[in-house]
Amino acid sequence: MSDYGPVQVRCPVLNVRRVDAYYAITVVAPGIAERFRSGQFVSVAVGGDHSSTLLRRPFAIHDVKPDYGGTVEFLFAVRGTGTAWLAERRSRDLLDVVGPLGRPFPLPRDPVNCVLVGGGSGSAPLFPLAQSLRRRGCRVDFVLGGASADRVFSAITARRIAETAVFTTDDGSFGTRGRVTDVLGRVIEECRSDVVYACGPMPMLRAVTAVAGTHGIPVQVSVEETMACGTGICMTCVIPVVGEDGITRMVRSCVDGPVFRGEQVRFDDVGTIPFDALGAPGWKGAGASRPAESARDIA
Amino acid sequence: MNTDLRVRLGALELPNPVVTAAGCAGSGRELAQFFDIAEIGAVTTKSVMLEPHAGRPAPRMAETPSGMLSTTGMQGPGVDVFLQRDLPWLLSRGGRAIVSVAGSGTAEFGELARRISAEPGVDAIEVNLSCPDPADPDGRRFADDAARAAAVVSTVRSHARSDLPVLAKLAADVPDVVALATACVEARADGLSMINTVRGMAVDPRTLRPAVAGGIGGLSGPAVRPLAVGCVYRVHEALPEVPIIGMGGVRTGADVVEFMAAGASAVAVGTVNFSDPSACVRVLREFTEALESRGVPRAADLVGAAHRPGTGV
Ligand SMILES: Cc1cc2nc3c(=O)[nH]c(=O)nc-3n(C[C@H](O)[C@H](O)[C@H](O)COP(=O)(O)OP(=O)(O)OC[C@H]3O[C@@H](n4cnc5c(N)ncnc54)[C@H](O)[C@@H]3O)c2cc1C
Ligand SMILES: Cc1cc2nc3c(=O)[nH]c(=O)nc-3n(C[C@H](O)[C@H](O)[C@H](O)COP(=O)(O)O)c2cc1C
Ligand code: FES
Repeated sequence: MSDYGPVQVRCPVLNVRRVDAYYAITVVAPGIAERFRSGQFVSVAVGGDHSSTLLRRPFAIHDVKPDYGGTVEFLFAVRGTGTAWLAERRSRDLLDVVGPLGRPFPLPRDPVNCVLVGGGSGSAPLFPLAQSLRRRGCRVDFVLGGASADRVFSAITARRIAETAVFTTDDGSFGTRGRVTDVLGRVIEECRSDVVYACGPMPMLRAVTAVAGTHGIPVQVSVEETMACGTGICMTCVIPVVGEDGITRMVRSCVDGPVFRGEQVRFDDVGTIPFDALGAPGWKGAGASRPAESARDIA
Repeated sequence: MNTDLRVRLGALELPNPVVTAAGCAGSGRELAQFFDIAEIGAVTTKSVMLEPHAGRPAPRMAETPSGMLSTTGMQGPGVDVFLQRDLPWLLSRGGRAIVSVAGSGTAEFGELARRISAEPGVDAIEVNLSCPDPADPDGRRFADDAARAAAVVSTVRSHARSDLPVLAKLAADVPDVVALATACVEARADGLSMINTVRGMAVDPRTLRPAVAGGIGGLSGPAVRPLAVGCVYRVHEALPEVPIIGMGGVRTGADVVEFMAAGASAVAVGTVNFSDPSACVRVLREFTEALESRGVPRAADLVGAAHRPGTGV
């Protein structure tokens, strides 16, 4: 219906391949490829039309290419029923895909130094971001982490497209033993980073935001919250986010995110309704001039 | 064949029987990215309350076999924002609006009915009786007590514009859904919507903790459909003149046929909108094809077919 909004398409699978501990699926989806901006995701129906697995699975878009009118690639780890089913797809199978969904990473107006921090499969959306940043003349440095060597996604590509790339693993099997935040401060200083982009598990995003804060630079985080619809109607994916007006709202991470300014996410209160959130029990703003509710008014 | 899809819910005529279920389509804006919202029978909006509500903590959702558990806790911006922003948008797109209301007390339901009646263009008010009754010492839902549910319906009826149909939305997990329906009709509900989500629970196998915050969630999706069809069947049998919007796990056009045969005059698509954002128009197309292939000229002829002797329509 709209030129910019998401579309729902039945896409032929071009190929499924293993990449380290992950699978990469490429589908032919011109409508999604042409609308895509880095940071957006797709949601994929799993299990077939009459499956008892009702809900779609969200995945960050890892790459789009002009081949066949436009292809979209996403990467995933097998975790449960849905991803196990996806891993069994073969070329020419059809996948029902909705996308692109969510708000993209905001890009800086000027060519600045950007450090991209990814944890596990959270690295996926950082690769198209790196390319967009490079096209704008930005310097790009990577910090990628994972539990073990095979969970650090696409180290070779990261080395190729970035000025520098630093890797960490929990077990020390690759790069520095430890977490991305153990090395991030040093990278920010050595690379004179102006902004941090991060994607990965919530505790990592929280720690990355803290490091960026101590260096006084802004951070954009992409969050992963469980989602039933991905389109903004079910209200199951909410997290507490402070708006420019200082008011905390329970916002939908699918359409108001998944990208947020790190400083505005109340990481300590994720999983709760903060007492001062708009509309929380006992909320004091009732009756006062009502603050804007629209997603577009925040972040 | 030119199938006549129009259906009637008392004074309300809809161009076709497929509507959205409350809380499963927002106010239509998000789904309008996928299809023209004016094509479906109506949009039932998310239950609106007087004040903004932040809802329940996360996790709010867990997938279950053929369904999901959810606990959103009525998160919403409150009636002012709804009337300023959401309703005008829906009407401007040619959508028909069934406005769902939820009060945290009988008086709040009355106030909502008054405010919504003052807006031109609303097609009906749906009264969500599955919210907790603050006056109940055990925190039960209005629907758990037929007398309290009836009091809400009667308050809404007396505050709503007299020409605006009032639909009572029932809960299915009550001891006697027919008694609840009867009490609401006696309180002058013009029609009934059924069913709402059913209380259930799932335990996260890893953490051995409840899968949704608060433990109990609302089960929805195809898993609840036989329960919903059963409620519609029994209530239509007891109250054949009362129009019903049937819902609970509608996924295909055949499901619409099933609900209508059981006694529904219109059918709402809920959870399946999450998994298939084009579900409403797909279901409508499949329903139309089903009528054509059966040679049924008017959708309305299906209503209650399962109660009539003989085969088919
Ligand atoms: C915006 C977004 C982008 C994502 N991008 C990627 C990606 O690029 N690569 C990747 O490997 N994973 C990604 N994930 C996580 C991915 O969605 C889950 O791994 C996947 O849904 C698991 O499905 P399953 O059927 O195998 O697991 P199950 O455990 O069987 O799933 C049960 C339910 O839980 C949900 N769920 C389970 N794990 C997660 C999770 N980590 N995050 C959110 N929901 C979850 C499922 O969607 C499903 O509704 C992303 C999640 C979000 C929200
Ligand atoms: C996430 C979610 C939110 C809902 N919100 C409301 C609501 O605000 N008001 C209401 O009356 N019903 C609400 N419902 C119930 C649905 O309208 C519907 O009655 C129920 O889900 C059964 O239909 P389904 O199986 O097709 O979803 C909600 C259901 C879900 C899953
Ligand atoms: S996943 Fe439904 S609103 Fe975000």
